[in-house]
Amino acid sequence: MKKESLYKYLLLLGDNSMILAHRLSELCGHGPALETDIALTNISLDLFGQVRSYFQYAAELKGGDATEDSIAFLRYGREHYNCILLEQPNVDFGHVIARQFFFDLFQKLQLEQLVSSNDKKIAAIAVKSLKETKYHLRFSSEWIKRLGDGTEESHERMQSAIDNLYPFVGEFFKETDLEKEMKEEGIGADLFLIKSAFDKEVMKTFAEANLKIPEIASRMTQGKYGIHTEQLDYILNELQYMQRAYPNMEW
Amino acid sequence: MVKGQIYIASKEIQDALESVCDPEIPVLTVMDLGVVRRVEEIDGVVEVDLTPTYSGCPAMDTMATDISSALMKKGYKVKMSLVLSPAWTTDWISKEGREKLEKYGIASPLTEELDLQALMGGDRIVACTNCHSINTKLISQFGSTACKALFQCKDCLEPFDYFKCLK
Repeated sequence: MKKESLYKYLLLLGDNSMILAHRLSELCGHGPALETDIALTNISLDLFGQVRSYFQYAAELKGGDATEDSIAFLRYGREHYNCILLEQPNVDFGHVIARQFFFDLFQKLQLEQLVSSNDKKIAAIAVKSLKETKYHLRFSSEWIKRLGDGTEESHERMQSAIDNLYPFVGEFFKETDLEKEMKEEGIGADLFLIKSAFDKEVMKTFAEANLKIPEIASRMTQGKYGIHTEQLDYILNELQYMQRAYPNMEW
Repeated sequence: MVKGQIYIASKEIQDALESVCDPEIPVLTVMDLGVVRRVEEIDGVVEVDLTPTYSGCPAMDTMATDISSALMKKGYKVKMSLVLSPAWTTDWISKEGREKLEKYGIASPLTEELDLQALMGGDRIVACTNCHSINTKLISQFGSTACKALFQCKDCLEPFDYFKCLK
């Protein structure tokens, strides 16, 4: 297996969490209620912690003067491999929860496979992250049910968020050459196996929440190949501002 | 001491470690918390393996720095490593640590099964740290930090943190 492939796979795993963590951090002080504000920023913090583990490992593989910070702050848009769903804007609490639920569920299923990865470091990160992700999923699926099966207004807005975001979900399961290689090495997850468990769980949660899975085809998205929506650049502008404006600055 | 913990060091080193507290929960020492996985003195260098409680816990960096400086004050060289495996669990919080938590006003972690019930809104599970009544309710699954949930006592009305079970 090429070192370069493993490096890129770590970015792919880390970028989903980093971009979502950034989106959630935008809600700090702006959550709809104190409890949800604190919950969402706590989840953001967990995700950034997980990203650090992936990027520290990636920096080790890359060698030279690469650090977790240079990987997080000095890559351009095309060098990010997150799925398009994660860079979608917060819009309203319904969108925040829909995006979170789809990701938490996917991530939980993916981590459950990665705990037995042949790569011992990825396995260790997965064991640690899985414990946290289970809490996140509990939070987001509770809210899916509460809003979906709540008032007329909350139901309508939850359903409309799902209608808007569900078409992005398919990208999680579209295996790239890199993911195929990692799967065959026994390092990465088998997305095909995750897909059926994912669909089953979505169906079950939506049934309880009185929500419908939209009958809309998946969008043709290629975030895992580095091709993004304009949303990503706005995120990177903010995320990278300090390091770009004042290179190597520390505090 | 918890299973899997390696501890080969003098009383002086032990005292230094016992003096370092969690910056977020200052009644707990790093030893109470169970985050120090290995301490070994090898030729005047103290090797310390530290494991994070939660991946993104901002207190970890502070604890690592505080441990290093406590040992350096005693004249030791320190080699600090962060280990992820095996992953930290609330089972590693010592018995003394649990008692200190309760006195400080944070309910200590329950068993996995009870924890799940409590966080799903189950009644009469977590005891109030103020009046010890179990007539309490869940306010939020996430409290002031990622490791805690927020409860309120329905008898004395005191809000309090509950240290979530992490397995």
